[in-house]
Parts: sequence; structure tokens; C-alpha cells
Amino acid sequence: MWSYEKKLMYPVKVSTCNPTLAKYLMEQYGGADGELAAALRYLNQRYTIPDKVIGVLNDIGTEEFAHLEMIATMIYKLTKDATPDQLRAAGLAEHYVSHDSALFYNNAAGVPFTASYIQAKGDPIADLYEDIAAEEKARATYQWIIDQSDDPDLNDGLRFLREREIIHAQRFKEAVMLITEDREQKKVF
Amino acid sequence: MSQPNTPFRRYYLPFRGMFDPCPPIGPKVYVVPPNVLTGFQPPDYPQFPPLEALRKGTLWEPFFDYYESPYRK
Repeated sequence: MWSYEKKLMYPVKVSTCNPTLAKYLMEQYGGADGELAAALRYLNQRYTIPDKVIGVLNDIGTEEFAHLEMIATMIYKLTKDATPDQLRAAGLAEHYVSHDSALFYNNAAGVPFTASYIQAKGDPIADLYEDIAAEEKARATYQWIIDQSDDPDLNDGLRFLREREIIHAQRFKEAVMLITEDREQKKVF
Repeated sequence: MSQPNTPFRRYYLPFRGMFDPCPPIGPKVYVVPPNVLTGFQPPDYPQFPPLEALRKGTLWEPFFDYYESPYRK
């Protein structure tokens, strides 16, 4: 069960009318290394992972939905007042003809989300290594979006999200260490 | 190329061929984030004050890495 707090994890401010940025942000919304893929990946893997680290997957998976909500807010703010002409200029005409200005789980190139972006191998090491890789890929994606964006307020929010990816990767690495060490075992020499 | 003063950046120089069509981009920067260098978080790790931590995205000073585009002038 979840409880919902009706506020964003970090305030989202967008200071320039640049719908092209919305297109780039969709990579984090419905992309292979986006927040939706991350949330679904962790919350699904948590059932078949050693008890010690279920909580890590549970908490981080939940936080990813809070990130998804921030990305959604950014995209919405950037597109809600855009005319069809502006959306076409931003490369979003294909999105417009299918969705108007509704959000949809596409990546930046317009490819719709698919469950094959995520894995659940049932092997704790394989799954946690995948999670670490996913966090690093999401961190890199945030870097490339910041490289493309000249909106200082938007970048502020993106920097916050990028820092969270670093922390998540750290916690997943610690999870790997927790389940690989055998400190509790008595060694007889 | 302006770079923040941080231990979390590395550089490499891409191979330059004799007939490359474009002017060289120069050193390519890549990020080695703090989680790669740390291992298990040690006890008594230095912390940011709470309000600053909420803005930065982490409570832990050694895990903070500010990103700015290396291509930005």
C-alpha cells in the first residue's frame, strides 16, 4: 500500500517556453532508462530478492514514481500552452496527432514504452547489477539532457534528479555487498 | 572548456584520423560518480545541513557531485 503526499519531491520550475525540451524529457518519462522503467523494474524485482535488501528495492522503486511525477510536471508545463505550430516546430507534430498535448509513455524519439525494457531474472546478483547499470544510464541521460537544455530552473530540477541516481546506485551497490558477504558464517580453520 | 573542480571527471582524447571531416572536439569528458569510488558507506560520514541537503538531493557531502555541461562556455 502507498500513501500519497500531494506535493512534488522537489519543486519544478520551468522559466523558458521551449517545447523542444519536453521532447527530450520524454526519454526519462517513457524511455528504456526512464523513471517509469526504473519504478516498475524495482517494484517487481523486490519479491524475489533476499529479505535483507527488499526494502532497498521497495524504497527506491517508490521514489522513482516521485521522480516520474516531476518529469511529468516538467513536460506538462512545457507543452500545455503550446500551439500545434509550436509543437510541430519542436518536433512533436507526430505526438500531437496521436495525443494532442496529453502525456504519453514515449521516449524522445517517439517509441512507445515496452515491458521488454526491464528484466527480472530471479537471480539476486544479476538483478541488482542490472539495477546499478540502470541508475548509471539514467544519470548519464540526465547529463545529456542538461547538456541540451539552457533553462537554468529546469536544469536545477534535473540536477537534483541526477544526484538521486548517484545515491540509488550507491545503495544498490551496498545491497550487493550485503548479500555477498558471509560475515555471519562461522569459519573453522 | 570549463570544468568544475571535482575529482569525479576523467578525460580521454579520441583518435584523430588524417581525413576526419570535422574539426576536433578536443578531450572527451566522462563522469566517474562518487558511488563508483566509495564502496560501503563508512560510519560518521559528513553531512550537509538538513535544508541544504533537501536542495542538493543528498544528505552526504562526499556523495554530492554538481553537474555542468562540459560544452557550455
